[in-house]
Amino acid sequence: MIEGTSDNFENEVLKAEGLVLVDFNADWCGPCQMMKPVVEAFGEEHKDVKVVSVNIDDEEELSDSYEVSTIPCLVLFKDGKEVAREIGVISPKKLAKMLEK
Amino acid sequence: MQDKIYDVIVIGAGMAGLTAAIYAVRANKKVLVLEGKTHGGQIITTFHIANYPGLPKVSGVDLMNSVYNQAKELGAEIEYAEVMKVKDEGEFKSVITEDFEDGSDEGKYLARTVIIATGSSERKLGLENEEKMTGRGISYCATCDGGFYKDKPVAVVGGGNTALYDALYLADVASKVYLVHRRNEFRGDAFLVDKLKTKENVEFVLESVPVKLIGEKKIEGLEVENLSHEKRTLTVDGIFVAVGRVPATEIFTKLKKDEGGYIEAGEDCHTNIDGVFVAGDCRTKNLRQLVTASGDGAVAATEAVHYLG
Repeated sequence: MIEGTSDNFENEVLKAEGLVLVDFNADWCGPCQMMKPVVEAFGEEHKDVKVVSVNIDDEEELSDSYEVSTIPCLVLFKDGKEVAREIGVISPKKLAKMLEK
Repeated sequence: MQDKIYDVIVIGAGMAGLTAAIYAVRANKKVLVLEGKTHGGQIITTFHIANYPGLPKVSGVDLMNSVYNQAKELGAEIEYAEVMKVKDEGEFKSVITEDFEDGSDEGKYLARTVIIATGSSERKLGLENEEKMTGRGISYCATCDGGFYKDKPVAVVGGGNTALYDALYLADVASKVYLVHRRNEFRGDAFLVDKLKTKENVEFVLESVPVKLIGEKKIEGLEVENLSHEKRTLTVDGIFVAVGRVPATEIFTKLKKDEGGYIEAGEDCHTNIDGVFVAGDCRTKNLRQLVTASGDGAVAATEAVHYLG
């Protein structure tokens, strides 16, 4: 999983072709810790989707600009544009369903 | 189909459900746990659990990952699929999940006994756009999301201890906290109310109910109405909802429940349907804690094992 920062976000996400899943999370957030292995397994299974993890405490500006106000928050980008968003803990199946949108 | 027949199907992988699974597999039963989200249940939002005997300061996540691994290593199967329906067909109960489609075997399981351990979820305000605005200004967990509202005005809705603790926590983070409560007095502890009264940035908005969420893309305000039907708009960036919890029992239409929706059962965890047991927060009881959830899990599994004979 790539660590997303305000320095690399443009190149890794906004200018990236295809699908990028951004996982906004924090160390102190229990539900985020539960989602982490789910997101990692998703990345293993879907090699065509780039997975980026953003720590909201380190990257306040990034989470602000995407109006993240509840975590865990998963945002799916296609060719740099947001196409789907899920908040809270979700099952692996629901995560995979984000791709259908 | 044979491989989809279980002695015990547990619905819900929180503390009650996973403990039930541990007890049932240790009694040599074939056990499946079905979970619609992630394992762990409500306690995973707690950073430090202070009252679980023998494990002071354990985190909810660490404790529940450990319980999950224990259940799995002992031989319980765990699948992530939301249960949509349970049908009593005599000797077997059929359990239908979100994966079920007519004519397929997918998403359908048979169980000789079912243990319901679905827990509860936050009660919603019931206002228009509430779901859409969740994560865009509406939150049900102040300690999870409070940090996003540093130096911004927020509202807390509710009158119990959760609401009072949320308001206290947020008073140190947010620029202003409106505490909106439909009554003149609080259900929560008096010392918390006294403490809140000492906070300069906390304003009590009493005898008032939320009537409208303001904002298109994100929350910009909350309209409230008081007993004299006077309306007022509170300018806030965040709304923290703490108006209690509701048991996740809607799909169990044939079971006897109390007026709050909790499934009726005594300490033996038997429901009104033979072979169906209930454990944890969704059962009628006075104390909903981790220890009582695991206690229920053990009892329900043992009763299910007795029932199986």
